[in-house]
Amino acid sequence: MTEVKSPEVPAPPATVPAELTPGHRRWHGLRPYLPLVALALALAVPYSTLTLPGIFEGPLNSPGTLQLLAVCLVFGGLAAGYDLLFGRTGLLSFGHALYFAAGVYGTDILITRAGLPLWQAALLTITGGTILAALLGAIALRTVGIAFAMVTLAFAQVGAILVARDFGGLTGGEEGLPLDVSGLPAGLVGVANTVNLYWLALAYLAVVVLVVHRVSGSPTGRVLAGLRDDERRIGVLGLDPYRFKLVAFTLAGGLAAAAGVVYCLIVGGASPHITSSELTLSLLVMVVLGGPGTRWGPVLGGILYMYLDHRLTAFGSSDAVNSLPAFLSHPLSQPLFVLGTVFILAVYFFPGGLASLKSRLTPLLTALRRPPALH
Amino acid sequence: MEPILTVADLSVRIAGLHILQGVSFTVAPTGVTVLLGRNGVGKTTTLRAVVGLTPRNGEARGSVRMDGHDLLDRPTHRLVRAGLGYVPEDRCVFAGLTVAENLRLAERRGTTPAYDRVYSLFPELDRRGRQRAGSLSGGQQQMLSIGRVLLNDNRLLLVDEPTKGLAPKVVTEVAEVLERVAESVPVLLVEQNLAVVRRLAAAAVVLAAGRVAWTGAADVLLREAELTRSLLGVGSGDGGQHGAPTAAGVRKDES
Amino acid sequence: MSTVILLTLTGLGLAALYFLVASGLSLVFGLADVLNFAHGLFLGVGAYATWWASGNLPGAGPDGLGFVLAVAFGLAAGVLVAVLVELVLIRPLYSRTIEQVLVTVGLSLAGVALLQATWGADPRPFPRPAWTREVTSVFGANVPNAGLLLIVAAAVVLAALLAFLRWTRYGLIIRAGVENREMVTALGIDVRKAFTLVFAIGGAAAALAGALGGVYFGNVSPGQGGSLLIFAFIVVVIGGMGSVVGSAYAAVAVGLLQQFVNYYGPSGLGDVCVVALLAVVLLLRPQGFAGKVATA
Repeated sequence: MTEVKSPEVPAPPATVPAELTPGHRRWHGLRPYLPLVALALALAVPYSTLTLPGIFEGPLNSPGTLQLLAVCLVFGGLAAGYDLLFGRTGLLSFGHALYFAAGVYGTDILITRAGLPLWQAALLTITGGTILAALLGAIALRTVGIAFAMVTLAFAQVGAILVARDFGGLTGGEEGLPLDVSGLPAGLVGVANTVNLYWLALAYLAVVVLVVHRVSGSPTGRVLAGLRDDERRIGVLGLDPYRFKLVAFTLAGGLAAAAGVVYCLIVGGASPHITSSELTLSLLVMVVLGGPGTRWGPVLGGILYMYLDHRLTAFGSSDAVNSLPAFLSHPLSQPLFVLGTVFILAVYFFPGGLASLKSRLTPLLTALRRPPALH
Repeated sequence: MEPILTVADLSVRIAGLHILQGVSFTVAPTGVTVLLGRNGVGKTTTLRAVVGLTPRNGEARGSVRMDGHDLLDRPTHRLVRAGLGYVPEDRCVFAGLTVAENLRLAERRGTTPAYDRVYSLFPELDRRGRQRAGSLSGGQQQMLSIGRVLLNDNRLLLVDEPTKGLAPKVVTEVAEVLERVAESVPVLLVEQNLAVVRRLAAAAVVLAAGRVAWTGAADVLLREAELTRSLLGVGSGDGGQHGAPTAAGVRKDES
Repeated sequence: MSTVILLTLTGLGLAALYFLVASGLSLVFGLADVLNFAHGLFLGVGAYATWWASGNLPGAGPDGLGFVLAVAFGLAAGVLVAVLVELVLIRPLYSRTIEQVLVTVGLSLAGVALLQATWGADPRPFPRPAWTREVTSVFGANVPNAGLLLIVAAAVVLAALLAFLRWTRYGLIIRAGVENREMVTALGIDVRKAFTLVFAIGGAAAALAGALGGVYFGNVSPGQGGSLLIFAFIVVVIGGMGSVVGSAYAAVAVGLLQQFVNYYGPSGLGDVCVVALLAVVLLLRPQGFAGKVATA
């Protein structure tokens, strides 16, 4: 009970016995370059007028599509940051929305209410969000396991209450707070400049992936992995688990605050729903769907989740769904119903998430390929 | 005589660590068989594997047979109802429940609980029925822990370190009780106190580092001071052996 | 003076609501180690089933015996859903705590979305007996009857739960299981039956909270369970997981604190104080007022 363990992710080398077959070697040789290919694709999107009917509404470089993609990228980064806690350190926090919301509202309030220039607002917000995470983490981490989950949930609830009750008229309460764009750099304002927000989101994602990668490869990262697997062993080594957990918590909080800054610019303001515990639960869903503790799993999970969350709404009101009987069409028009159900199924049948799909499919692929490989 | 319990090639892994590696031994159908060994060799793990309490992050392999039925992979409550009585390490009485409630919990539908047997062995449990079990002394808790298992008929009793942490006088009382119990039910006992072992045990199984290091008659083991020392570390200054008399003490008893 | 009485009684009404949700959560967590995020769904099911029954079930209605029948139907629905959740979704993941939490998280998202898909996101006016809309004068304070009804119901549930835990065989098993589940199985008892039972009890109490909460607030909406759930979690942690009495004390403390501070201070400060109370309790006494260690 005291240990929070992420579902086991099979180690790729052990589960890829067939990498000696020629077909596999080709695939394997390509693998390290896949992120670069993905990056190249992501860089090419704004220059493409390709239309993908059913997948995106306008052409790829239309502002609507770019904005959706930018949101997806930010959440890919946010999920990767959250995975630093859940998948890599084994901390089940239910309050990560708080630091994201602090980023969004911090930026918005500093720009709209205090009239600060963007760079100052962003810097202050990220610093403030990191300090907030350090302070609250210092308290919350005195508990472990389920109690930790509850405390983080309760802290995040305070954030939600503060925002909703609109203390001092700062947050706009239930209405939310539209961003005052008059003081922003011209390149970030207006529908025509959505592409720059897309670049910003992509840059944020790249930074998060790099940070998480560097941290998990460092000695600190190995200690964090040790904490996830068995906290006592780390204690035996004479290392203080509390400090390492606090480092992870603070870092993840800072990354979430940075995500908030970018998100605030993309959607042009703040609304109270981002403070809800539902957002943290969604993060958990993203990470588990993608594959906790893997490099690309949480990123993919975050991107896919946000994409589905947006697109399923359109899908739900499409003719195909509407023509179904009511008992099917109504639930299917609720993105959260579909995502929640997929999530439950994933917990049962794909405990390693998307990232484990390949290793799970490998035996099947090997079986299919074996006859030609013998020639 | 057919053994009541046959453990063959039992291996237990917990959290990736091999705790037991191919343990094999038998338990005689009468009397006390004692499981010995230094701290951490897997005595408790063995008992828990037999009664189906290997933790979720662990895995038990091999075979454990009682009356010709394989016990591994069967749920604990079924094993216990089939006559496997388990007295855990550290008593594990329900501290918040009264003594009477602790006993009542062990009652089973369809059988008459043998309160007369329990109360004749432990008259104190009758007198203290309304007392909370958490407020009992260590010795009384041990009596309760044994008593609630004896409320039902058992084919075999597994008893884990019943004298741990008890005062010498209480150790003698517990040993007396176990002696009387063993007249009617075979017992597999884990025990560190060699005086108790000498008094109760007919057969001995010694574990070392997750394997069986020695099996045979208990008195043979205890008579050979060198053997005892090498297997159990008694007398070699092993601080982990609580309440264990030195090998010299055992020898003096014998003379 | 009458303000203080009014605040006390409305605070107790809120406490009653928290207790009805928290008592089941606490038992489920204490016995089965399941942090049940789907508990708010049981509340929603109870509320909507009561609402549906009073309009559609023959004999049921918004008044008198018809209302009792509607609430009974709501309770039955809550119990049914809770038992199904335990048997179908939780049991296969027995003692894999994190996966169980994840499944209840998914269930809370999907379940609330399902309620929303079926009956819409907007609050629906809740059928309620006429007398619950009136007020009763208590020492000069005009207290809403719906609040008094909640208090009475929670007191009855508390008494019934305590009697059940003290006097019945399953109550004994549950009390023992909260202390040491493994040892219960080692006495030859199939503790999983008790799991199903505590889910059923929790489902019934939460469904009752849903129905009476509907009467109290005058409407029912899909998200209602979720917001109550967070405060119920706080009550469970403060009270000590697995302790029904602890939940009752903690619910009263939280309800009164919230009501008084929200009245005398700026609105919302009471909620913040409740979280502060949680932090203080956890730092000073990680196991809560009573019950087993919250971190174990």
